[in-house]
Amino acid sequence: MTTFEEGFPVTRRLVLRGAGSVALAGLGIASLGVPTGLAAANDKYPEEAFRQKDNKEAIKLLYGLPIEPSDKIKLDAPEIAENGAVVPISVSTSLADVTSIAFVVPENPNVLAAYYKIPQGTMPNVANRLKMAKTSNVIVIVESAGKLFSATKEVKVTVGGCGG
Amino acid sequence: MRFWLTTLAILWVAHPACAADGIDPAADARAFRNFFVQKFPNVKLEDFANGPYALNEDMRRQWEEKEQFPPYEFSLEMGKELFAKPFVNGKHYADCFPDRGIGVRQDYPQFDDKSGKVVTLELALNRCREANGERAITYTGDDMAALTAYMAFTSRGKPFNIKIPDDPRALEAYENGKRYFYTRRGQLNFSCATCHVQNPGERLRAEVLAPALGILNAMPIYRSEWGSMGTTSRRFTTCNSQVRGVPLEPQSDEYRDLEYFLSYVSNGLPISGPGSRP
Amino acid sequence: MASSIRVRAIANGETTDVQTLIQHPMDSGFIKDDKGAFIPAHYIKELTFEHNGKPVFIADWGTAVSKDPYVKFAFKGGAKGDDLKVSWIDNKGESDIATFKIQ
Repeated sequence: MTTFEEGFPVTRRLVLRGAGSVALAGLGIASLGVPTGLAAANDKYPEEAFRQKDNKEAIKLLYGLPIEPSDKIKLDAPEIAENGAVVPISVSTSLADVTSIAFVVPENPNVLAAYYKIPQGTMPNVANRLKMAKTSNVIVIVESAGKLFSATKEVKVTVGGCGG
Repeated sequence: MRFWLTTLAILWVAHPACAADGIDPAADARAFRNFFVQKFPNVKLEDFANGPYALNEDMRRQWEEKEQFPPYEFSLEMGKELFAKPFVNGKHYADCFPDRGIGVRQDYPQFDDKSGKVVTLELALNRCREANGERAITYTGDDMAALTAYMAFTSRGKPFNIKIPDDPRALEAYENGKRYFYTRRGQLNFSCATCHVQNPGERLRAEVLAPALGILNAMPIYRSEWGSMGTTSRRFTTCNSQVRGVPLEPQSDEYRDLEYFLSYVSNGLPISGPGSRP
Repeated sequence: MASSIRVRAIANGETTDVQTLIQHPMDSGFIKDDKGAFIPAHYIKELTFEHNGKPVFIADWGTAVSKDPYVKFAFKGGAKGDDLKVSWIDNKGESDIATFKIQ
């Protein structure tokens, strides 16, 4: 179980991989080796949003803004997923001043799949591979100049990605 | 009448490709290839090595997207490391193969003159281990999958080059493999041909069936269903289970002969392994 | 290689194209093992890419990101030979950091 203090994860054991193993069993500190990128990130990891079972709740927690569909978002996803465990999904958009992109899969046990922060200078395009429990819409939300826009595509799933 | 019978007998025995009992692998291979090429006129010959992705556009796109940075990357890396790791006696896998084992996958399976049996790549790897004081590894396990993945990778693009020497034992092994392929088995009473010759491109439950032509070219395969890399042995045993038949022991004679037949009839098609599959 | 992170970063005129593949189970917590017990959730929560000390892409992930996760993005600036630092932390507090050269 990970709790957060000032944005740093505090756990009983912190294991570093790739830089040799340092086990700090029993110590409640996490200052060693925590990636500086995390400390620099303004927003905390949206823990609550990732736990939501309902789209509206997840989006409310993540953004708290209304969404309108946009034809300036190109969402690429298969018609029928080869396997629900690995569904390649990508998005690109011509909307300006994009600061974040989120993927929501309403039929998944937790609807929010991924949330990407796009700093200035980074292109508003993302490709990733997501799990889908069953046939569902995939909704991509693009935050552009402080407003939210979306595109939706249905992906059929016969072999689910959540053990089904 | 006797004149004609004698003439026919002489002509038949004189046929270059035949053994006395009429086994003609070259003719089989031609017929096999023609069957699939005619059934799927829009598929390029070499593309049959990509199985269901050659037959279904939606699946192909997902596959191409994943191939940019494939999930089997880690298994392939492990395979390279395992292949380079010395045995306890200081020797290496490279010492057991021609060309240090690099770019040779397309020559397997081979007929072994001494034992009079077919030797597959998996079998050759374990024999190499045993010859050098190491224990054999599981044919259906991750290490064998990683090793064969690496070896296949070094042969990517090279055409299958299976040889059947003019030896009745080799011809018999080939014929056994062919017979296995076409024999029905299991509770579902399917033969390999039922799915892969009669119904390629069709769906069996959620899966799109691969054509038999080129079916082993992608081995070993990282199956989405397994979430891991699996060998030809693993696929043969699971295929048997899937038709509710009793799987044989990996590298049993039937499986080796089956691999011999299936590889031979795909001669000329490129090695595409390690492959990805649903 | 000890690191779990693999990166292909290519400078392409004005932008640098980045692809990453990370070795991680990304267990969702919804799948049972052969004995019928749920395999506990074990997934990367945050993945950060930095160039010249500045984050250029941050991924916040949940349990629905596939095993051995992959992501592709592009950012302006970045030249061949520059460093790209990649780091992640998961729900168990495990982490990894690696630096790659832009090609």
